[in-house]
Amino acid sequence: MEINPSETLMEPLPARGSEHPRGLRFFARAGAGLLRLLAGLGRAGVFFGQTLYCTATPPLKLRLTVKQIWFIGWKSIGVICLMAVFSGMVLALQAYPTLRQLGSEGFLGPLVALSLIRELGPVLSALMVTGRAGSSIAAEIGIRRTNEQIDALELMGLNPLRYLVTPNLLAFLVALPLLGAIFDVAAILGGYLVGVKLLGLNTGTYFGEMGSYVRLHDILGGLYKSASFGLLVAWVCCYKGYYTQPGAQGVSTATTQAVVNSSVLILGCDYFVTALLF
Amino acid sequence: MICIEGLWKAFGAQEVLRGVSLRVQAGEFLALVGLSGCGKSLLLKHVVRLVAPDRGRVLVGGKDLAALSRRELEATRSRIGYVFQNSALFDSLTVYENVAFPLQEKTRLREAEIRRKVMAQLEEVGLEDAAEKCPAALSGGMVKRVALARTLVRNPEILLLDEPTTGLDPIVSGAILRLFAAAHQQRNLTGILVSHHIPAIFSIVQKVAMLHGGRIVAVEAAAEVQASRNAMLAQFVNGNPEGPIRPIGSRGQPARRTAPPGLEAVVKDSGEKQP
Repeated sequence: MEINPSETLMEPLPARGSEHPRGLRFFARAGAGLLRLLAGLGRAGVFFGQTLYCTATPPLKLRLTVKQIWFIGWKSIGVICLMAVFSGMVLALQAYPTLRQLGSEGFLGPLVALSLIRELGPVLSALMVTGRAGSSIAAEIGIRRTNEQIDALELMGLNPLRYLVTPNLLAFLVALPLLGAIFDVAAILGGYLVGVKLLGLNTGTYFGEMGSYVRLHDILGGLYKSASFGLLVAWVCCYKGYYTQPGAQGVSTATTQAVVNSSVLILGCDYFVTALLF
Repeated sequence: MICIEGLWKAFGAQEVLRGVSLRVQAGEFLALVGLSGCGKSLLLKHVVRLVAPDRGRVLVGGKDLAALSRRELEATRSRIGYVFQNSALFDSLTVYENVAFPLQEKTRLREAEIRRKVMAQLEEVGLEDAAEKCPAALSGGMVKRVALARTLVRNPEILLLDEPTTGLDPIVSGAILRLFAAAHQQRNLTGILVSHHIPAIFSIVQKVAMLHGGRIVAVEAAAEVQASRNAMLAQFVNGNPEGPIRPIGSRGQPARRTAPPGLEAVVKDSGEKQP
């Protein structure tokens, strides 16, 4: 695949259609809006395809990738654990009274574990990482664009996608499943604190029942979900940064769009992956 | 060496370049002047095909850039050094790493050889003591010199300089321009220099071209520019607010909202509508 961002990627999207006579302006704007949407989707698709190509072919920028894994993964662990513990605690606190009414408080462990492993762990960790690392990556790439660093890379005969996007894609793919797993463990411990230490459930019941109900399929499903969210977040955040408009406002808009679009897509994608896996 | 023929470029309704034609011979250094926002940087980006024209063509060394494959374009670009307006240094790397970066990534030189070349280049621009500093710790003039070092270390045949002295004091600007002049003479470079640093640039270039209203309105020998008979070039060089080029907001009249960058100043005698 020939990659020439200056010709295929950097062409501006269609105009907004405000230069037409008043009577036709609505139709012109609607048409231009549709064209912009299609062109944007096409450009995002080409960007994704080129990124996958760069990821699948050498040379891989291993040092940059490790650095990004450290930034996206390691530096997110603290906030992920904190968020997870409270999520697990709330989940246990909310579920326990209902389970008790049904005489099924022994199922608190499986309920907490399955909700977290299948759903909350991947989704909440992805949302948190989007806010913490995705926004930062979009802003960093955006600033590199406005400072002409991306142009400089191109003029050195280097593919900017290999240096700026591929390491992030790989880092998200590695880091998010691990963070999801850490989230699950921390949240289960949070549930344990409330269920066992606060509400008096037996430790053996909490963990024992969990072992009977959680299958490998559930754990793998959660990891797949996290990986697909990682792919999505990397794509959206890097794309928004790469095509940022000039100036501080351009970078700020790109960062906001990166976080909002990623978050919406995570939730949308969650439905389809859940339907597919479980 | 560089031949631009009938170049048009528009962004939506804004026509920034409207049939620009320009020729730079091998070994010649040309200064491109014009009002801020008139499309000088855009024109320079066409020469390395960072931007593709709507119409017209750019030939470098006789090759039409539009007709080149990706590899051929890379090979052509490798002959061109480009100093960006913002210097475009990688802020996560030190000065040494910035200058060494293109050699590390694009050549198979050993690290010792790269170090030798980079340090020699840094010495040439007077920054050998700042090798381990990060760009954020440097002054504006030093940043420009690092950018020049990073460009020259690749041994380009063509040098494109986009406002390399903007924002610098006259002494630092003079020192930077002297570096360009030395590089041009020692390496017999062909180049285009975009600058507002008038008249200092006239001593280091052979020709001056003026871009205005999306077209080249004057090309003159640098030695004759200050006595130019071209009214626009003379007005621009002398910094005279009165003349055929009317600055934005003069006589209390606003510029047209739809005017493309650089066309806000309306040329009275070019037949364009007044705002």
